[in-house]
Amino acid sequence: MAAEGSLESAREDALIRIENVDVAFDGRSVLEGVRCVVRPREILTLIGPNGAGKTTLVRVMLGLLRPRRGRVRRKSRLRVGYVPQRLHIEPTLPISVRDFLALGQRDTRARYQAVLDEVGVGHLIDSPVQHVSGGEMQRVSLARALLRRPDLLVLDEPAQGVDISGQRELYRLIANLRERRGCAVVLVSHDLHLVMAATDRVLCLNGHVCCEGEPKAVSADPEYHRLFGPLHDEVAIYTHHHDHHHSLDGRVSEPCSHDSHSHHHGESARGD
Amino acid sequence: MIDGWNEPFLLRALAAGIGVALVAAPLGCFVVWRRMAYFGDTLSHSALLGVALGVILSLNPMLGVLFAAVACGILLLSLQRFGEFASDTILGILAHSTLATGVVVLSFFERIRVDLFAYLFGDILAVAPGDLFWIALGGGAVLVVLALVWRPLLSTTVHADLASVEGVPVGLMRAILVLLLATVVAVAMQIVGILLITSLLIIPPATARRLARGPVQMAVIAAGFAVLAVVGGLVASLTWDTPAGPSMVVCAAALFVLTLLTTASVRGR
Repeated sequence: MAAEGSLESAREDALIRIENVDVAFDGRSVLEGVRCVVRPREILTLIGPNGAGKTTLVRVMLGLLRPRRGRVRRKSRLRVGYVPQRLHIEPTLPISVRDFLALGQRDTRARYQAVLDEVGVGHLIDSPVQHVSGGEMQRVSLARALLRRPDLLVLDEPAQGVDISGQRELYRLIANLRERRGCAVVLVSHDLHLVMAATDRVLCLNGHVCCEGEPKAVSADPEYHRLFGPLHDEVAIYTHHHDHHHSLDGRVSEPCSHDSHSHHHGESARGD
Repeated sequence: MIDGWNEPFLLRALAAGIGVALVAAPLGCFVVWRRMAYFGDTLSHSALLGVALGVILSLNPMLGVLFAAVACGILLLSLQRFGEFASDTILGILAHSTLATGVVVLSFFERIRVDLFAYLFGDILAVAPGDLFWIALGGGAVLVVLALVWRPLLSTTVHADLASVEGVPVGLMRAILVLLLATVVAVAMQIVGILLITSLLIIPPATARRLARGPVQMAVIAAGFAVLAVVGGLVASLTWDTPAGPSMVVCAAALFVLTLLTTASVRGR
């Protein structure tokens, strides 16, 4: 695994433990003092506005990005299955779904067929990947991740470009996979409403960890209905109220207590 | 027109051309898949500086070119992004400044009458037995390494992050690809010349794309087209007394247009 050297085996039974991680691009801070733990068999959802550093945190978890400061501990020999946000494959590269799966893990055709069936796209096994739609490709890369028999599945905005009913179905599939395979799941989403039912824990990110907890606790919060209530669009997340303010560069400019959920993010909170 | 294909220099030219075609086409697939056409062009432009280096140090020009192309590749890898400049700007600066520097440096060596045209557009009929040895060695090495790293290199090409999470050393793969490209530039220079090497890397794979159903198939078909273009160009060159290197490229381009038209009509039906 890439960047293995910096990763020690995690304490306790956590799959990944991230402590006080800072990440900056071109001197602009993207993540600050982020801590987060991924436990076995749990579904953890990262939510936050665009540019909140969700994908950056995922890249740190995956070892694709070395943080400027802080520690990333991964359980030794952790097998991770990764489903990237968008999977664009060059149109000049002729490759079938089966060949695409084979790049991750060499296996028999029967195994490829079985895992594609499991995620509901078994009919695509011989299709060129360029003929596969975005939503289907999401499932194909999920199949590639599953072939590795992962301890942890990481899905970056799996619902992007999928319609509402398709999203429900996708989250149900992910929850089922967890039950069947006993793997942990990290999901990135900017829509808590739909992920609610499928997630064990929610981590609200906006450059730093704003709040963290069970979705029930979050939804019991009176603010919840304002945030993810009837109008659960992305703008709602931008304007929700916390107990601290963000200055223009996204730093917390007032004290913050992480167990409550009543501080305010300005519209300017760190664009990407 | 020369009668009889058993002239030794013709056989050498044919062997050298086919050898380079067989190596350039599979590697060229990666250049096409990774959108590295301009990168390859920059590497080959730096070759003239390598020729100058070879003249100064009285080395085999192929060795000088290999050295310059590798150095240029390493520089490009480390300069991927340089301040506010996009990579194509950096590539353009490096490509043309190395080419110009090569011409300027070579102009100091009046005693050694350097045939610039031969370096820029190739001189396949002048392939010596020693050159053939280097082409076989360099080309063979490229093919062996390419076969060994095919799967991780392909995985990196399809999706670098996915490959990295799955344990592929993505940075090493990029470095190996640049090294292979530099080697191909060195061995292909005498065949089609510095200015046309990229066409040998790109046109045959582009021609093969519509006929191929898998990456390996595309590489094999591309190699076939490349050989066809080299042989066709050589025959045309002997028949009409045209420069061999450019004739090969014209032949490759004609094959590309031909497959484009035939597959388009098949698809249209």
